[in-house]
Amino acid sequence: MSEPEPLSGPHVLEYTYKRSVGPVLGRFFTGLRDGRIEGVKTAGGRVLCPPMEHDPATGEATTDQWVEVGPGGEVKTWTWIAQPRKQHPLQKPFAFALVQLDGADSALLHAVDAGDEGRMSSGMRVKARFAEERSGRIEDIACFEPEDA
Amino acid sequence: MADANEPVSVVGIPSRVEYTYSPGRATTRFLRAIEQKRLMGQRCTGCGKVYIPPRGACPRCGLPTDEEVELTDKGTVVSFTVVRVPSENIQLELPYAAGSILLDGADIPFQALLRDVEVADVRPGMRVQAVWVDDAELQPSFTNIKWFHPIDEPDVPFEKFQEHL
Repeated sequence: MSEPEPLSGPHVLEYTYKRSVGPVLGRFFTGLRDGRIEGVKTAGGRVLCPPMEHDPATGEATTDQWVEVGPGGEVKTWTWIAQPRKQHPLQKPFAFALVQLDGADSALLHAVDAGDEGRMSSGMRVKARFAEERSGRIEDIACFEPEDA
Repeated sequence: MADANEPVSVVGIPSRVEYTYSPGRATTRFLRAIEQKRLMGQRCTGCGKVYIPPRGACPRCGLPTDEEVELTDKGTVVSFTVVRVPSENIQLELPYAAGSILLDGADIPFQALLRDVEVADVRPGMRVQAVWVDDAELQPSFTNIKWFHPIDEPDVPFEKFQEHL
C-alpha cells in the first residue's frame, strides 16, 4: 500500500458549563458588576476576599456582615508570565499575583499589569482596574496595576 | 446572561481545549477514500476481522491490519437509541434515532444517524444504506455520510449479528 501523508487538523473540545455561584459568591460577583469589591466577615472577625461560605480556618459558616475592600492592595506573592497564551487575562507579559486588598485578611488571585518583571515585588502596592463592560464575573476586574503607575 | 439589575446567580465557565489532531496513517487512508465516496476497511492479518474505520492494528490480536478491503455503504442496524431530551448542542428535531451500523463485510459497527424513518419503526436487524452529501461537498470526513436510511431488504436475524454488538 502506498502511504498517503497523514492528515492533521484542528479539533476543539468544549463543554459550555454554567455554574450556580450560591449566595456568597453571588453577592461578590454582583458587587464586581457594580464596580465594588466586597469581602465577608468570619465569626472571628477576619475579612475574606474572595468571600467564602465557610471560614477555611475553622469550618464555621461565615457571617452575613459584608465589608467593602480595596480597590488598593498589596502583592503577597507573584509569578511572571513571560509568554501569555490566548486564554490568559492579558495578551502581554504580566504577573499572576495573590493580592491582599486593603481591609481584607486573605488574598485574591489575579493578574497584575506591571509592564516589566523588574517592577514586581512582594509587598508592592497595586490597585484594581475595572473592565469597562462588566457582567458579574471575576474578569470584571480587568487586572491590577502598580499604584504609582 | 441574567438581567443587569438582578443579583448574579450563575456564571458561565466553559471548559475548552484546542487540539491539533492527527488520525494516523490507517485512518488517513480511510478518510482519503471516503473523500471519493469509497468505504475502505482493513483486515487483520491474524484473525481476519475487518475494521472500519481502521486504526492500523487489531485490538484482539495486536497485529497490523495490512490488507485493505473496500466495503459497500449498505449495512444492518445492530442496536440503536432514540434521543428525546433537548440539549443546547443538539440541532436536530426531536425525537431522532442513532444506531450502531454494521456494514456488510465488516466486523465492527460504528455510530450514525438514522433518518427517513419513524423512530418507532427502528429495530435491530433493519437493513440500511448511507445517504451521502452532494459530490461537490465531499471532504476527507465521516460527515460525507449524512445519515443512514432503511432499504427494502428483509431484516437480518439476530443470530447473524449477535457477535457484533
